[in-house]
Amino acid sequence: MTAYILRRMLSVVAVVWAMTVLVFCIVHLLPGSVAHMILGEFATDDAIRLLEARLGLNDPLATQYWRWFSGLLRGDFGLSLTMERPAGPIILEALGRSAILAGISIVLVATIGIALGIHSAVNKGSPSDHALTLAQYFFIAVPEFFWCILAILLFAAWLGWLPATGYTPLAEGGLLGWGRHLVLPVATLVLGLIAHVSRMVRSSMLEALDSQYVLAARAKGLAERIVLYRHALPNALLPAITVLAVDVGLLIGGIVVVETVFAYPGLGRMLVYAIDNQDLPLMMGGMIVVTCVYALANLAADILYAVLNPRIRYGGAAT
Amino acid sequence: MLGRRHLPRTLTIGSVVVLLIVVLAALGPWITPYATDAFAVRERLQAPSAAHWFGTDEFGRDVFSRVLAGAHYSLLMGFGATGISLLIGVPLGMLAAFHRGWVEELIMRGVDLLISIPPVLLGLLILATADPGLFKTIIAVGVVYVPIMTRLARAVSLSLLAEDFVDAARARGDGAVRILWREILPNAWPPIIVETSLRITFAILLGSALSFLGLGPQPPASEWGLMIAESRPFIEEAPWIGLAPGLCLCLLLVMVNIVGEGLRDLLDPRLQGRGHG
Repeated sequence: MTAYILRRMLSVVAVVWAMTVLVFCIVHLLPGSVAHMILGEFATDDAIRLLEARLGLNDPLATQYWRWFSGLLRGDFGLSLTMERPAGPIILEALGRSAILAGISIVLVATIGIALGIHSAVNKGSPSDHALTLAQYFFIAVPEFFWCILAILLFAAWLGWLPATGYTPLAEGGLLGWGRHLVLPVATLVLGLIAHVSRMVRSSMLEALDSQYVLAARAKGLAERIVLYRHALPNALLPAITVLAVDVGLLIGGIVVVETVFAYPGLGRMLVYAIDNQDLPLMMGGMIVVTCVYALANLAADILYAVLNPRIRYGGAAT
Repeated sequence: MLGRRHLPRTLTIGSVVVLLIVVLAALGPWITPYATDAFAVRERLQAPSAAHWFGTDEFGRDVFSRVLAGAHYSLLMGFGATGISLLIGVPLGMLAAFHRGWVEELIMRGVDLLISIPPVLLGLLILATADPGLFKTIIAVGVVYVPIMTRLARAVSLSLLAEDFVDAARARGDGAVRILWREILPNAWPPIIVETSLRITFAILLGSALSFLGLGPQPPASEWGLMIAESRPFIEEAPWIGLAPGLCLCLLLVMVNIVGEGLRDLLDPRLQGRGHG
């Protein structure tokens, strides 16, 4: 078990390191000079030379990579080109705000998704199961940004209940002012993911209910409640852990879109801003941080899975 | 779970609607009632009417014409990107299954890396430094889904390579390419088709999300995600500008998804209700 966890941690380090190489290569090896990209096509030669000297763009690529990478290791993300201040604190602040969105969302997705999935499986074939199945088809396929538009139209423009965009820090607006800005982004983020998770839980719960051990439990005359929650559910929830880890990836994508629409100052909006303005240190740092978060989420899911699943004892076998 | 008896019906409805959309998209640029770039300042922000079915936008352009002319972008992104991930992913997966050892190690570690980057982030990364455009978006979305295809093709090929008919081909002295092409590929297609049809929905979703973020076709193109993004300042005044392409996108996505899931249930009942991400 310890060996398995250690190996998984090592692979997280490897993934994040490989990502630094990938990000660096994409930014520096693609056609077109970096200075040109930053300054635009009408830049004078002097301006380009000046910027190249300032950013050390004339050094060998390996030197440039090492400068950037060793900086990352020390927590130094370089200087944001557009904001003229260190990128690290900007990224950290944005990460914190996104983490609030992501945290609330993932809790809602897990609880509501699992509850709906169990409900569907237990009441298989009932009208509510059919309605949920139909809704899942729909909610999985509709893009977040369309929900965003609908939500803004309905709750901000027509009803005027909630602010359409922006963010108020907790210290300024109090719990209410802060929370009001979170409602619409979180609601649009979770719709598709709840559909996804409830669907998986439904099918794995159905599989469990169909198994020999549930038959045996029923044959023993156990109460249906105990059969459902003690025997079937723990087995049905194991796949849900993996699904939730995948959904963290989808959630990160959703956050990029949702933060942009609702002008919520998180990491996703920062990334889009950095790309639009060719703020390379900000963009590269943001990408690395997001990769770290996703890799750690997957690591957590794998460890949780291994801990909860008595059938799996990771010895020398590959995963 | 829908009963098997009903499945062909949803599959039929889905296929017919998708086919209809494909035909409309192909004819789109030629059958629009108005030119898609015709400014008519006096007719700006008009509500839907008999003359303008989906209303007009902030430049007085006919939204219905623009939606119709923009349908092909979503389809190209969905089918084009999935095609790219098939063309790259399947050969790589089969190769990894055939050449155990460093070739497999190299391919699969690359796959592990790409799969550990969230899809939208990988798309952003690929498009971050490029001048945006339709084909770059298609390629980016295609690359994002290569690892899934590679893993699937490898898994399917591995089990097929253990079969007797492969040994027979080896005994005949067939080379790697011939074995993979003649023996493995024809037997590997059902799960690959299923995955492909499900993948198209996600490719359209990702492509339109990237376009929405400004990393797809550029104005004045009428890509649906881009149209929705451009409609945001007028959402209160003229909601139809964003709702029209949005609803069309939803219809397309739901129908493509129905076809994909229908195909899966038809070809591989064991996988019913299982996930995709």
